[in-house]
This record gives sequence, C-alpha cells and structure tokens, in this order.
Amino acid sequence: MEFNLSAGLFVAEQNFLPVESQTLYDVLIIGGGPAGMTAAVYTLRKGLSTALVTGNVGGQMTETAGIENYLGYRYINGNELVDKFREQVMQFGIAFESSQKVQRLEPGPVHQVTLEDGRVLRAKTVIIASGKQSKRLNIPGEKELAGHGVAYCAICDAPFYADKTVIVVGGGNSGLGAAIDLAKIATHVTLVQRRDRLTGDQILIDKLAAYDNVRILLEHEPREIRGDGHVERVLIADKKTGEEQELPADGIFVEVGLLPNSQFARGVVEMNEYNEIWVDCFCRTRVPGIFAAGDVTTVPYKQIIIACGEGAKAALTAADYIQNQK
Amino acid sequence: MPLFDEKITKQLKEILSQMQKDVKLVFFTQEIECQTCRDAHQFTNELAGLSDKLSLETLNLVIDKDQAAKYAVDKVPAIVVLKDDGTDSGIRFFGIPGGYEINSFLSALLAVSGRVEPLPPAVQARISKIDKPVHIQVFVTPTCPYCPGAVVTAHRLALENSHVRADMVESNSFVPLSIKYQVSGVPKTVINETNDLVGAQPITALLDEIEKL
Ligand SMILES: Cc1cc2nc3c(=O)[nH]c(=O)nc-3n(C[C@H](O)[C@H](O)[C@H](O)COP(=O)(O)OP(=O)(O)OC[C@H]3O[C@@H](n4cnc5c(N)ncnc54)[C@H](O)[C@@H]3O)c2cc1C
Repeated sequence: MEFNLSAGLFVAEQNFLPVESQTLYDVLIIGGGPAGMTAAVYTLRKGLSTALVTGNVGGQMTETAGIENYLGYRYINGNELVDKFREQVMQFGIAFESSQKVQRLEPGPVHQVTLEDGRVLRAKTVIIASGKQSKRLNIPGEKELAGHGVAYCAICDAPFYADKTVIVVGGGNSGLGAAIDLAKIATHVTLVQRRDRLTGDQILIDKLAAYDNVRILLEHEPREIRGDGHVERVLIADKKTGEEQELPADGIFVEVGLLPNSQFARGVVEMNEYNEIWVDCFCRTRVPGIFAAGDVTTVPYKQIIIACGEGAKAALTAADYIQNQK
Repeated sequence: MPLFDEKITKQLKEILSQMQKDVKLVFFTQEIECQTCRDAHQFTNELAGLSDKLSLETLNLVIDKDQAAKYAVDKVPAIVVLKDDGTDSGIRFFGIPGGYEINSFLSALLAVSGRVEPLPPAVQARISKIDKPVHIQVFVTPTCPYCPGAVVTAHRLALENSHVRADMVESNSFVPLSIKYQVSGVPKTVINETNDLVGAQPITALLDEIEKL
C-alpha cells in the first residue's frame, strides 16, 4: 500500500504571518507553485518584505505522481518536492495566505490586488506566478455532466470505468497516459485527437499501441456530450469532412492541455493569443513594477525547473527595480 | 511486512507528536476478514502504536452489533474517531485511508485532539445553526489528490456540530454503494441521500447545500 503523505501540511506555520491590507509590501507574489515559491526565497533573502497569496501550495506539482527531471532528485514524489520547497520558504518570515485567489490587479505607483473575499493588498512590485490549470472543452453538455461521466483526472476516476466504454480527448502526454490507464480496465477506449498526429512522447505512443481495445481518431473533435444525468453519447466530428457521428460512451476524459490563470491581469499586462503573459528575458511585463514567471508566461517549455529559474529571475529583477526607485 | 516503512513512520510520529489531547479510534472489522479489513486492521494497529495519545479498540460488526449501531457503522472496515472524553467526533473512515487519504486521516486525528485552526466567525455562525441530523458521505479514491480537501471539509463540519456525521468512503472498497450513489468521479459528496456536490468545494458551498435541506 502506498501513502502519499504531505508532511508539510502538518508543520506548524510559525513563520507564516497573516497578510495585511494596511501594509505596503515590497513584493506581492501571486501563486505558490514552483515559480512563486522560488521567487519568495529570493526576495526574502534580499530582505524585502514579501506577501504570497495562492490558491494552493505547490501548484501543478501536487498533481504529479513522480518527478524525474528536477536535478538533485533522480525520482521524487510531487508532494515531497512541494514539502521541501515549502520548508525552504518557511524559514523566513513571510506574509502568507493559501486557499485564496486574486481577483483583480490594478497597476499604479502602488499596485493594488483585490482578493476573492474583497480584501485589497498593496505592494511596490507584483510577481505574477499563477501558473496554469486544465483546459475545458467548452462544448454543450460538458458543464452539466461534469463529475457524471465528464472527467478531468484520470488517476482519480479511472477505477469507475472498469468494463465500460470511454473516450479520451487529447493526444499529448496526459491524454496518452489517461488512455493507457483506461485501456487496462475498460472494455473499449477511443482516443480523439484534433491534430493529424499524436503529440506525446514515443514511449507512451508505443505503450498504448500494445492494447487491442483502443481506437485512435486523428483529426477529429468532440462537439457535444449527451446523456440524461450521466454521459451516454458523444458527438464527434471529422475535421476534414465535417461529418459527425454519435459514439456511445459511459465516460469522457478531457486531457486537452492547460489554460493560463491570467484572467485577473487581463487588460493590465500584455498577453499572447493563448492568454499567456508576455515577458522579456528579465521577466518584465510591459507595466513597470509588474513581473511574471513560470507557466503563466510566454516563456517556452513548461517545466518545474524552468518555472523555478524564472521565479528566481523575476525576484531579482523586482529587487533591482525597488533598489532603483530609492 | 509493516505497512509503514521507516521514513513514513518517522514522519507520522512527528506529525502525531503535535496532537494535544488523547484520541480514541474504534475500528470495526468482521469475523472472516476481507482483504481490505485485514489491511485496515494492520493499518490501525501500526498507527495506534505511533503515539501515546492514540488508543485503539477493535470491534466486530456482527458480534458487537450494539456498538456498531451506536456509532452508525453498517459496513467494514470502518474507523470511528472519538474525543478524549469518549464522545463521538462524528468523523468516520470507511475503507483504508491510504494513498492521498492518509492526509485527511492525520488531519482528523489532529483536529479531534484539539489542534485545529479557528474558522472565520461568519462560517462558524452558519455551522452552529444546523439543528437537524445531517449525514455527509464523501466518496474518494486513494489516487485522487483533490479528495482529502473534500474529506477534511466534511469532517470539520462534523467536528463543529454534533448533528453532523461525516464519512470518508473509499469507493473501490464499496463498489455497490458507489453505484447506488452513481459515483463516477471523485471527490463526490452526498448529503442526506438527497443532495450532492461534485469536486472539492469550499466549506461555504457545503453549507449552502445543507441549508437547502
Ligand atoms: C500531471 C502533470 C505532470 C507534470 N510532470 C512534470 C514533471 O515530471 N517534471 C516537470 O518539470 N514538470 C512537470 N509538470 C509541469 C510543472 O508542474 C509545471 O511546469 C510547474 O508546476 C509550473 O509552475 P508555476 O509555479 O509556474 O505554476 P503552477 O504550478 O501552475 O502554480 C500556480 C499557482 O498559482 C495559484 N493560482 C492560480 N490562480 C491564482 C490566483 N488568481 N490567485 C492566487 N493564486 C493563484 C495556484 O493555486 C498554484 O498554486 C507536470 C504538470 C502536470 C499537470
């Protein structure tokens, strides 16, 4: 039996101070994934007063079973790495709040950040490190049947599809991974991919090919999810011919990539067509005093080690910015 | 072979050392143990050995049917968490709290022992208004990283108000029950058989649902 223990959750947070509306922070970090936590270590070591507000601690790392490409660890469980990051942040006095999201960012000589519960925080500089989250299909039936056959977490929900028929949407690594997990137990798996080829790693493509209960539909996309209280059928379209067919299915796993958590900064900082925040190689946005780092930015390749490096860079740039203001 | 290796044992001991008051676990199994019952038995035995503040009583669903009825235990394996004075915390685990659920289990032990963060006054006020029996069942799988969040929220309500009873239900161990409540995605929170919530929701969403009952 395995235990995915998050020991860090239970460590007394003696160094975590409450965030305060009356304080003008040197740096306010939005997001507590690898980018935000690394940025915090750097600003705190520079002696800057720092606040960090985040939805959860660890970001996408908490969804990762095993990490094999973060140097120093040949293999480490996602939660364990989160704990180590958190411990390193915790040695400093940081104003910290989790389970809280930023709703709005207003730039100015002093930047103002509004939280979901209405509180307003103020800071000289802001580092946006809010990362990404799973993308939705945005087709009819998806919202209504979420949790009733529409699934976004294959490791969580695969056991419910033993001896059932399922559709997996997405031909990248997470789609392939989901299809492999499901092929082991489901009667039949249909993998639907929008592009003309699978985009995941060859190792996974080969692994999936070993199952004879899997069908791959390239250049197809789901248009509508149908069912009375539970998924029963999915309307799939052939992208080349436009032809539509209705496939019977007990479940549909959506693995179509990630969406940047940048809504609160829309209209404030510049973004590309994917809503990633544009940054230069100093992690500067086009707004003075607002920096961004990690998966939420235009920086190519979304990886933990890259997010950490970017977080460090954003923090150092912010420190220089504050120094030059004096 | 022990369930907890050396490293986990050390971490568990450290976490349990933060318990404030004593906590008693009542473990229900059955005469001819199912595989999960056997594993759960070992789990509770090993765990209770890690802290002086933890005690364990092992009962049998059939032989000790009066106790089972008293604690509303209708299936095994089950773990009921009692406060230091022996009163029921309202918190139950059906199935083994393995995988990610070890975190909700430890949270429950610490919370019942008294080590728990205060809730915002507005939330606390809403919880104290609950004046009829509420039974919450949170369906989980051990491989679900979001599930402990939903379990901890439900358990907190149980701890704060004695009208509330909250169960973690490990779906793979109770397949017919999961089918009965049409669980096909976790976490799924079922309230009094009639209302349900999908996903890990904040405590206010759970209260909204309870206030609708
Ligand atoms: C399943 C999976 C497996 C992966 N495996 C690997 C791997 O093996 N190796 C590797 O290097 N990378 C891996 N990655 C990628 C890696 O996890 C990401 O690149 C990395 O976590 C990005 O870090 P980040 O800090 O930029 O953002 P995130 O990790 O996305 O963190 C963002 C944080 O911001 C918070 N947030 C979001 N919106 C707001 C808001 N409005 N207000 C406040 N806070 C907010 C979130 O709660 C979160 O804590 C994997 C990702 C996934 C999903």
